[in-house]
Amino acid sequence: MKAEKNIVLVRRHSLVTRLTHWINAACLGVLLLSGLQIFNAWPNLYWGQYGADGDHAFLSIGALRGNGAPRGVLRLGDAAIPTTGVLGVSKLGGDTVERAFPAWLTLPSFQDLAEGRRWHFFFAWCFVANGAAYLLYHLFSGHLWRDLVPTRRELAPAHLWHEIVAHARLRFPQGEQARHYNVLQKLSYLGVVALLLPLMVLTGLTMSPGMNAVAPFLLDLFGGRQSARAIHFITASLVVLFVLVHLAMVLLSGVWNNLRSMITGRYAIRESDIHHD
Amino acid sequence: MTDKHITRRRFLLGGALGAGAAALGGCDLKRTDDAFGGVLRSAESLTLGAQRRLQGKHTLAREYTEADISPHFRVNGTSMPDSPIYADLLGKRFVDWRLQVDGLVARPMAFSLAALKLMPARTQITRHDCVEGWSAIGKWTGVPLAEILRATGLLPAARYAVFHCADELETTLDGSGRYYESIDLVDAFHPQTILAYGMNGKDLGVGHGAPLRLRVERQLGYKQAKYLMRIQLVDSLKDLWGGNGGYWEDRGYEWYAGI
Repeated sequence: MKAEKNIVLVRRHSLVTRLTHWINAACLGVLLLSGLQIFNAWPNLYWGQYGADGDHAFLSIGALRGNGAPRGVLRLGDAAIPTTGVLGVSKLGGDTVERAFPAWLTLPSFQDLAEGRRWHFFFAWCFVANGAAYLLYHLFSGHLWRDLVPTRRELAPAHLWHEIVAHARLRFPQGEQARHYNVLQKLSYLGVVALLLPLMVLTGLTMSPGMNAVAPFLLDLFGGRQSARAIHFITASLVVLFVLVHLAMVLLSGVWNNLRSMITGRYAIRESDIHHD
Repeated sequence: MTDKHITRRRFLLGGALGAGAAALGGCDLKRTDDAFGGVLRSAESLTLGAQRRLQGKHTLAREYTEADISPHFRVNGTSMPDSPIYADLLGKRFVDWRLQVDGLVARPMAFSLAALKLMPARTQITRHDCVEGWSAIGKWTGVPLAEILRATGLLPAARYAVFHCADELETTLDGSGRYYESIDLVDAFHPQTILAYGMNGKDLGVGHGAPLRLRVERQLGYKQAKYLMRIQLVDSLKDLWGGNGGYWEDRGYEWYAGI
């Protein structure tokens, strides 16, 4: 009852964090959807320097045309998974069409590689500029070191396990503990900003013949242009996975409080009763 | 970063999708008139400027070894030009074929295949990257475009080399479906920019652009024009077909295909 009085609003996110966060979210949304449009132009992934028809694709999305209606199939290694309705064969404006990712997941919705590329590269520039601003500001402000790099104590297996179990039971930090990111937040945010997103940019650049001339070591780093294309796709899938978990956590740990803090910067925490009694 | 929320994100994604559909509706009718399309297109000059600055003039594309050559090099686009003129040239093994070089040159010239083969040659094993996403590695032998342009000389106004081809990718009444491409003088004088008459140690096959195709190795596949008939030096791309400098460029693709 008396806890009602003890709610305080703390400054949670800086203006730069909030701004770059939302610009990043918008860029990633467009990059994902236009990226799937580009993928649809050649829905096969290879490992190595080259890959075209006649070469072995470890992943491909296609349509089987036998008797009757075409069926969508996702091939992963030796496995063939039926995916009719979503992958390979889906509906577009009432018609059944053969395309890897369905219209509702691509930008533009209908097949147009040229337009998909225009979207992708414009927003890639926005994404890189925004990401560079984020990294520069937070490197110098100390946010990255202070708030995102876990301490040695936090990385102790017992502590990590404790946090994982608490998250699985949907018990989130309260009071003083909620003033800072917990170790799972730190690791996932750091993994995204320091690993996955830079990997997206580098594998993207490795697919550019112009950039290959500038930085041929990227081809060696990723094992070839087709490997880089595969890693680009796999990393994008991991970013999508992060976003899904991230949204679930936002919803489960107090959606309005979380949302307010990412818009106004203010986050409500319940101060511990001990301090006041 | 902790926090955000689903309806806002959905709203942003939905907005992007909606804007995309709207931009495209406009683009379908007349791409260049669409203001938002123009904003999206501005990324191309940013990419060109950035890559050119980083590359310098003569940074080379990666060259591979014989062991890296694709066992099967995909034939893409036209596999056999559908014209009586080409059929006639092919029937006589291209002895009557000539490469016309004209426009803003000091001395317009015509080169036979035999004459090209007598000029200094370059062989390179490079990767061909289609805009669709696939790649194939092949060995190309040909005469550097720089040699041709030194032979003809350039007038000071020349800014682009335009490649006119024998194949028609789309049959149209006005001939606007004929394949053509263009590059600027930075790429024209790049040491790996060659007019290839040989592939993987043999004469260039019909599927890959016999008797002569362009290789411009720091750009994507659609720049590598096949079935070359004429090279025209121009000061502007505006007056050619759709005015964007190439068959695919006139259909929405970037003129600078470095990414």
